[in-house]
Amino acid sequence: MAWVWFHRFGSPPHFYRLARRLTPWFGWPALILCLAGLIGGLGLAPRDYQQGEGFRIIYVHAPAAWLSLMVYVVMATSAAVGLIWRINVGHAVAASCAPIGASFTVLALATGMLYGRPMWGTYWEWDPRLTSELLLLFLYLGYMALRSAIDDVARADRASAVLAIVGVVDVPIIHYSVIWWNSLHQAPTVMKFGRPSMPASMLVPLLLMLAGFTFYFAALLLTRARGEILRRERNAHWIAAALEES
Amino acid sequence: MGGYAVYVWPSYGLTAAVVGLNIFWARRSLRGAQRDARRRLAALKLAAAS
Amino acid sequence: MNEPRVGFIAAAACLMARDLRLALRRAGDSLLPVGFFIVVTTLYPLALDPSLSALRDIAPAALWVGALLSSLLALDLLFRDDAQDGALEQLALCGQSFAGLLLAKTAVHWLLTGLPLVLVGPLIAIALGAPYAAMAGILAALLLGTVALSLIGAVGAGLTLSLRRNGPLLALLVLPLAAPVLIFGARATALAVQGEPIAAPLYLLAAIAVLFATLSPWALAAAVRIGLE
Repeated sequence: MAWVWFHRFGSPPHFYRLARRLTPWFGWPALILCLAGLIGGLGLAPRDYQQGEGFRIIYVHAPAAWLSLMVYVVMATSAAVGLIWRINVGHAVAASCAPIGASFTVLALATGMLYGRPMWGTYWEWDPRLTSELLLLFLYLGYMALRSAIDDVARADRASAVLAIVGVVDVPIIHYSVIWWNSLHQAPTVMKFGRPSMPASMLVPLLLMLAGFTFYFAALLLTRARGEILRRERNAHWIAAALEES
Repeated sequence: MGGYAVYVWPSYGLTAAVVGLNIFWARRSLRGAQRDARRRLAALKLAAAS
Repeated sequence: MNEPRVGFIAAAACLMARDLRLALRRAGDSLLPVGFFIVVTTLYPLALDPSLSALRDIAPAALWVGALLSSLLALDLLFRDDAQDGALEQLALCGQSFAGLLLAKTAVHWLLTGLPLVLVGPLIAIALGAPYAAMAGILAALLLGTVALSLIGAVGAGLTLSLRRNGPLLALLVLPLAAPVLIFGARATALAVQGEPIAAPLYLLAAIAVLFATLSPWALAAAVRIGLE
């Protein structure tokens, strides 16, 4: 029974129509969640004892960092589905993830630098979180570069899928080796937003922002994936009908 | 804001920019693919008719 | 698919012997990476205060960045010739385990381009101010590190097989994935230079090499098959 659902979801016309219908169901909740999070984070939460108003950057930095990592996992997983079960929808989803993930990795780096500047005195300090994000950015760029270097879309899909799978296995290792490396050398203050130490008034808006950004990503993904599917499908029948509807 | 404003507001501004740009790019990518698909279909119809 | 008439070990041994023979005919090609390694590491003293005490601090970094870049350079020798003359396709079709044969090729490639780095590295380290007592530790670290680099580099080479002039792309793909090797290898070397025990980073380096060895058969076969289409 589950397999039937799985294969239906993997059928391009089905996915295309489903994506179109689902997008607003992710988009509007995303807006509401983010607004709620912003109101709570900017308006209601009290200033931090140590970091003053500067900590409010966390309400955009954490979602950006979360997105950068989550999107890579989604990218690798859907690429694996596309590669192993030869489902084009998987490749379409993976291709859609890359530009989104890369741009949010850049945002995570930028907001991280702005967060760190008042604390460290410099914009960049090779702390483990930002160094990890930087390596993640390189992984995204490599993925996109490999894709664009291979002309045939199907081959590009498969080659980049292998790369994404190898990358997603390596990401935890890179992350922990960077943390380990950083702990050896006198590390400047690491950005800490450990959940146990955060009062609810600070934590709840953060969770709202994280959820909002996740919904937002889903809406973005569905939109992009529809275009990627159109580019990969040559079968005229369902496309003509689907284009009429949208 | 205790001097942090110069860091906080650009962070939110950048975020808004990235969020907005992604929406714009995603919709543009979809519209482009739809346009190309329509063109392909029209060309196919033309080829089939002739 | 052909039914193989010889066992895998015999086939792999035959392939490795062939690769060695071909490489030794053009020994200069195989020596280029280690020559590059020597040149690059020699540049560091020219860029810095050449006193051995100052060089000692940067010796691990110089050694490992040089090793990383040399391995990248050497990757061109791995699949390119066989891809061009169709030998790689024959390997895919011959009925033996394709992943196994590719690993065998990678092993020979390491022998020709990685092992020289392992042997020359400690000497370069001495030239950069490391104490003689550090040589064994540096050798061990380079041994594990070059093996890991060969494995992950081979995957990158397989992915870029069909692309021309792909040096920078290959670097962009492989270097981030190889970052842990750099981190632990350099750390082990630094500890060796200081005379401290190097077991911890060495174990981690070994673990990474094992991980790459587990991952690469599948990834290599998949990547090269895609590249050969």
